[in-house]
Amino acid sequence: MGSSMRTMEWKFSQVFGERQPGEKVEEIDTISAVEFDSEGDYLATGDHGGRVVLFERTNGNYPCSRKELEHIDSPVTLLPLYRYKTEFQSHDIEFDYLKSLEIGEKINKLRWCTCLNNSLLILSMNDRTIKLWKVSDHKVKKAKEVNSNAHVYSENALLSERSFMSDHSKPSVPNGYPLEWDEWVTKKSRYISPTVEEGPHVMLDSGKCTSSRCRRVYSHAHDYNINSISINSDCETFLSADDLRINIWNLEVSNQCFNITDMKPLDMEDLVEVITSAEFHPVSCNLLAYSSSRGFIRLVDMRQSALCDQNARILQDREAHGSRSFFTEIAGSISDIKFAKDGRHILSRDYMNLKLWDLRMESSPVISFKIHEYLRPKLSELYNGDFIFDKFDCCISKDGCHFATGTYSNIFSVFCHDGGHIDGITLEASKNPNRISHNPDYHKHTGLFTSFACGFHRRGHENSSLNNINDVPCDLNSKLMHLAWHPTKNLIACAAKCSLYIYYA
Amino acid sequence: MAIDESLYPIAVLIDELKNEDIQLRLNSIRKLSTIARALGEERTRKELIPFLNENNDDDDEVLLAMAEELGVFIPYVGGVDYAHVLLPPLETLCTVEETCVRDKAVESLCRIGAQMKESDLVEWFAPLVKRLAAGEWFTSRVSSCGLFHIAYPSVTDQLKAELRSIYGQLCQDDMPMVRRAAATNLGKFAATIEPTHLKTDIMSMFEDLTQDDQDSVRLLAVEGCAALGKLLESQDCIAHILPVIINFSQDKSWRVRYMVANQLYELCEAVGPEATRSELVPAYVRLLRDNEAEVRIAAAGKVTKFCQILSPELAIQHILPCVKELSSDSSQHVRSALASVIMGMAPLLGKDATIEQLLPIFLSLLKDEFPDVRLNIISKLDQVNQVIGIDLLSQSLLPAIVELAEDRHWRVRLAIIEYIPLLASQLGVGFFDDKLGSLCMQWLEDKVFSIRDAAANNLKRLAEEFGPEWAMEHIIPQVLEKINNPHYLYRMTILQAISLLAPVMGAEITCEKLLPVVITFSKDRVPNIKFNVAKVLQSIVPIVDQSVVDNTIRPCLVELTEDPDVDVRYFAGQALQAYDQVSMSS
Repeated sequence: MGSSMRTMEWKFSQVFGERQPGEKVEEIDTISAVEFDSEGDYLATGDHGGRVVLFERTNGNYPCSRKELEHIDSPVTLLPLYRYKTEFQSHDIEFDYLKSLEIGEKINKLRWCTCLNNSLLILSMNDRTIKLWKVSDHKVKKAKEVNSNAHVYSENALLSERSFMSDHSKPSVPNGYPLEWDEWVTKKSRYISPTVEEGPHVMLDSGKCTSSRCRRVYSHAHDYNINSISINSDCETFLSADDLRINIWNLEVSNQCFNITDMKPLDMEDLVEVITSAEFHPVSCNLLAYSSSRGFIRLVDMRQSALCDQNARILQDREAHGSRSFFTEIAGSISDIKFAKDGRHILSRDYMNLKLWDLRMESSPVISFKIHEYLRPKLSELYNGDFIFDKFDCCISKDGCHFATGTYSNIFSVFCHDGGHIDGITLEASKNPNRISHNPDYHKHTGLFTSFACGFHRRGHENSSLNNINDVPCDLNSKLMHLAWHPTKNLIACAAKCSLYIYYA
Repeated sequence: MAIDESLYPIAVLIDELKNEDIQLRLNSIRKLSTIARALGEERTRKELIPFLNENNDDDDEVLLAMAEELGVFIPYVGGVDYAHVLLPPLETLCTVEETCVRDKAVESLCRIGAQMKESDLVEWFAPLVKRLAAGEWFTSRVSSCGLFHIAYPSVTDQLKAELRSIYGQLCQDDMPMVRRAAATNLGKFAATIEPTHLKTDIMSMFEDLTQDDQDSVRLLAVEGCAALGKLLESQDCIAHILPVIINFSQDKSWRVRYMVANQLYELCEAVGPEATRSELVPAYVRLLRDNEAEVRIAAAGKVTKFCQILSPELAIQHILPCVKELSSDSSQHVRSALASVIMGMAPLLGKDATIEQLLPIFLSLLKDEFPDVRLNIISKLDQVNQVIGIDLLSQSLLPAIVELAEDRHWRVRLAIIEYIPLLASQLGVGFFDDKLGSLCMQWLEDKVFSIRDAAANNLKRLAEEFGPEWAMEHIIPQVLEKINNPHYLYRMTILQAISLLAPVMGAEITCEKLLPVVITFSKDRVPNIKFNVAKVLQSIVPIVDQSVVDNTIRPCLVELTEDPDVDVRYFAGQALQAYDQVSMSS
């Protein structure tokens, strides 16, 4: 797709869970994961309260009114619109008695599984436990009215007790049935066949109801916090990665998994790095990539050996820019990696940069977008406030030329790298995303627009412990960490606190 | 309406089919045949089966039970003539998302299909297979793969060609799950296909699968190799299967090589001795020396099976050198896998080769630092015993056993204890007394309860093996020595040993030696000992004479029923009650 960023105008599409400025946001409502399914027909979010909310695509709509449409000469595809579908409580607070450790219910990642039939399957996880949820629609039939004339029952009515209990052929209660009868009819309505509906005792189909059921729990395999799950292209296995280990599971087997990477040193004193993120290759079932806190991306071929501790190819930015310090080491920790759809490129996000890697070039990224360059002088303050450990997601478009990632002040940046052309744009997660600035030459103006954005967001500082770094030109408490790119369309869903904003281009 | 009353239980069952409580629904499904029998064949066909067909939105457990029940339902719907009415509900179950339900539904469909008349298969079963294979959801396509071999033999040539082409499409399905199912069932389907089509259609499907991008599909294709190989003539097998398996044995993916290592021996028969020697043996040797430990584990585990097919000369010449290397492999799991099968090679190679070549390997494995390796050797001792004789064996064996018996991992000690009776029977009384007797007593005072428990059981089994007289001399005195142990848990072990030994030793010894000790225990200061005395006394009652019971056991129990401790009183009461019931009835 050669469409350059200049024509990519990002517009607000939808918002869910919007709050008024100043309205108190509960911690548990904060969204912690956003994920589209493989077709883009469904969107899932997880939050700090352990809940998973699903949105489904309504059949789509034109991106603008008919009138506007006439002025656009490029063919317009249907813009996906979403509506709330269902939600369920996926995880609860647990307590690990052996380690005297409370395990929070926060959903760290969500991953959609291949649809088996008309129900949806989704993997959700908190720090220690992965669960497979099935969400399906049931037809609900309600007994509208029970016809007092028993003889109109179709032959299936054999399966009601009427055929066997003599008192039903001559009702013991005048003009009706014993009390239990009515109760029973309502109770059985769930199971009765549709053919019965032909009779006058209509079981009305009162529409669908969505039910969520936990089908499997994959637990007790991780001693450290899980940071990633990823489903293999064989649709049979998935990986889960914690700080030190990567395990492979079969989706159907929840009591056994295989460890393929174990970075735990014999002596924890020798620990130099942790795994921060892991993902399977989108096409090759045998490849996976995982990133580390030292800024490496390791590419592993599971065909080579059962244990993938060695034999990894390492993608590493060897042209370490500028002075190395304690803080740049920390800021170099990769928070998220994503494979491009073609499987040739990997997008990585560390605290300072968004980098695009070509798997065939190990020594440096193809391109590096500076996100937080203006924060470089403030790293030590950011360290003191623990902000330097914030983990921002990144996402990549279907064509592999556009990338997005979040930052502070509820802002996210969208970049384009299309052959020689490089472009960037910064948007605010609000109903008016472009009000900040629209600057193709993004990093020169960063300081300017972020301080401008600051004006809008007073609430972030309300209970900030960070009053000592007032001169940081952004709102550190309004982090936009989680976002996802629609699998086929130019549509981005991003989470700002408890609100989910959707934008299209 | 008399008939209604007799049907009342059935009505309850039917009602429970719709109950909210899953357990009740499950119970009812489990009694589906009872319901059907009560309804009669016609009503079962016209009413029960359609009802079940609608009732498919249930818990997996219920669906699984239903899929199973329907598989044996032919008699209840009126025999094979009406077998086809069972197909619709099972067809629906073939599309649910839970794998075990689908598998069970396919199994039941196969069972029904195998009994159906040919005309019905054409009319009902083949269309069902085609419907499932064309299903929108891959679950139905997956299920269809397991049904082709039932439908195929009975249908017309035209339909046969169609089924073959559909199966070919399934082998290239977009979803890896479907291709996996096609690969899994290829052997079964191939077995029903005419030889001419076998060489063309099936082999090309097989080739597709062997070149699949997904490792998981190729893994299953490997499994098909042996099955297909057996269907083909030897020369066809050499021409078509052999190159594939040789390729697989050098596959980039260790999981594929692992599967080859597991399967290779099965192919030897199919390709004949000549090709085995020239092609399969070198391939197997490569696998034994594979870089990946998992592959070596699989290969090492099949050493004996592979050697069984080869002549002893070939085995000694090609396999044995690898076995030697594996016995000092860097991976303990490889050594452990080797240790678990290597004893089987002794009878194959004969006495001379065993003593010369294998014994050193046994000895090095017996000295392995990893207990599993040693245990695996010891557990198969009988096979070697027959070849090299007990003397040689015992010299090299004993130190290893003693060492394992004192291993710091209690699970290792437990495993060794379980082998003691077997060893005892193989080594004989004399040998046992010298070396192992004291060990058996030592375990009674182990720190770990499971070991003490196993030790008590072990004594019983030894007593059974060598007889009461031997036990009287070698077990009873030593056990009774320990009754004054200051710790009550050890005294409890002794009590446990006594209760186990009593039935073996017989009435006389029990009354003379064991009973007095038990009675002494009843004066113990620890209540736990006392209520265990009550339990033991209860178990001794049937062994000894009535007079002994009346004069010794009963008074003791009566005394215990007045104990200050509530538990002691309870168990003493129980014992008395049990005794009284027995004596009343007799």
